[in-house]
Amino acid sequence: MKLLQALADGSVVAKRNLIKIKRVPDLLVFSTAAPIMFVLLFAYVFGGSIEIPGMDYREFLMAGIFAQTVLFGATITGSGLAEDITKGIIDRFRSLPMARSAVLVGRTTSDLVNNALVIVIMMITGLIVGWRIHSSPLEALAAVGILLLFAYAFSWAMAWIGLLVRSPEVFNNASFIFIFPITYIANTFVQSEKLPSVLRHIAEWNPVSAVTLAARELFGNTSPLQTPPDVWPLQHPVLASLGWVVIFLLIFVPLANYQYKRAVAR
Amino acid sequence: MTDAIVAEGLVKRYGSVVALNGLDLTVPEGTIMGLLGPNGAGKTTAVRVFTTLLEPDEGSARVAGLDVRTQADALRTSIGLSGQYAAVDDNLTGFENLDMVGRLYHLGRARSRERARELLERFDLVDAADRPVKGYSGGMRRRLDLAGALVAKPSVLFLDEPTTGLDPRSRLGMWDVIEELVKGGTTLLLTTQYLEEADRLADQIAVIDHGKVIAEGTADQLKDQVGGERLELSVATSAELTTAKSALADLAVGPMESDERQHHLTVPVAGGSAVLMEAIRRMDAESVKVLDVGLRRPTLDDVFLTLTGHHAEGEDEK
Repeated sequence: MKLLQALADGSVVAKRNLIKIKRVPDLLVFSTAAPIMFVLLFAYVFGGSIEIPGMDYREFLMAGIFAQTVLFGATITGSGLAEDITKGIIDRFRSLPMARSAVLVGRTTSDLVNNALVIVIMMITGLIVGWRIHSSPLEALAAVGILLLFAYAFSWAMAWIGLLVRSPEVFNNASFIFIFPITYIANTFVQSEKLPSVLRHIAEWNPVSAVTLAARELFGNTSPLQTPPDVWPLQHPVLASLGWVVIFLLIFVPLANYQYKRAVAR
Repeated sequence: MTDAIVAEGLVKRYGSVVALNGLDLTVPEGTIMGLLGPNGAGKTTAVRVFTTLLEPDEGSARVAGLDVRTQADALRTSIGLSGQYAAVDDNLTGFENLDMVGRLYHLGRARSRERARELLERFDLVDAADRPVKGYSGGMRRRLDLAGALVAKPSVLFLDEPTTGLDPRSRLGMWDVIEELVKGGTTLLLTTQYLEEADRLADQIAVIDHGKVIAEGTADQLKDQVGGERLELSVATSAELTTAKSALADLAVGPMESDERQHHLTVPVAGGSAVLMEAIRRMDAESVKVLDVGLRRPTLDDVFLTLTGHHAEGEDEK
């Protein structure tokens, strides 16, 4: 009964956040404008100079773009919560007899829906520039599922940080500095084995690499001509991605909840 | 009559800053308590403790008979909070905002909608009900926020600086709304840095400074604490000021205060208008040209100044 109530409360909050996507469509436009620009830049500017054995660079690129896009999408969780704190909305929520988990569950859920929309737009963009799915529909769905699941787990980390810094501006700047390196020092836009040694190790163990490779394999965007990876997470990218999801949730769900209970406007 | 809010020895520290320093407060059911103090005095912190947003480091508090620490969940069903930020969602319409709050108070779908309609009607927001709050004026947002606090018909209501930042007209409108709403017997704790507001709305006033209640009583009791009437007199020159001072010396029941630059004299007196007339007669006899004269009761600002050594308004030490 208590769980049902908590889910109901969470859905009320999620609905509130989703209304924002509807009322402020610019948000969706701009959260997809940047990745679309990346697709175009990489496909037409850098793409010509990046050699990927056995396939066109655009086929290789899209999984990396998807991973980067959903991570940026997940940052909305943090900036949204920080904004709610500064506006006093969290104070109001916390004074209501609603489930304590509802604000975070509602927030991460609505951001998941947002990310699902974004990934559909990005897949269409990919298809336009020449990316193709070479696997079964089920595998393709699994690829989307892993990307979204990872973004969802990452949302909880963003929730924690957003509640911690309490300022949407600070959060946005901080997340930018953080997300660029983790999505670039990976196999997202280049093959990780081509990186200099220290960066290569970071890239190989970077959760973003596992997720990107999982999506790449499930979409059928790999080629037997590519060197097989010699680290565990990249040999079992699907398993590794799911592992990262579990680890992220185990760490950040409690941290975000803890921080929520003490979050008050300044 | 039972007490709706009881606080004993509340202490809350933020690092080295002591926000509450042993706050004691009792608010009887059905009354309006004005918590009056400058910015940074601890008013908002006190409200946050009462509304379970913050746990006190020391001391205890009960609201509607429930402990803020151990019975927080039950307590939240009987309170309403409207903060100084107007915590409404810009992207939702007025109706959607109130409906959401109703759902989160667990009123159920039908009851939430009905209540939202009622409150929009009551707060004169029917025309704006289906417009996003983004386009509302400051006064409308505050009214909507206040409506949000009333959704579940709480028995204890907390309004944290409900008129801060409003223009004078909206402020007057807000006062009418608040006066109207407590007629129904709701207990109200109101924080304010405006003396006028406390004077007009509150039954009892607790003056708070540096996290402590330093005086408590009705507005009149507080004013009496500071002293009775004063005669205030303005003249044109310093010579006249000196003459006035010696002519009025025996009317004073306490030390006179004079401002040499403004040529202004304040004389504590007793005896009402008879003293005023006597003073004017004497000025006339001495041929002192009086620019302004009046008899004045102390204001809450005088209370403040006397109690704390600084004025209530215009300080920003947060």
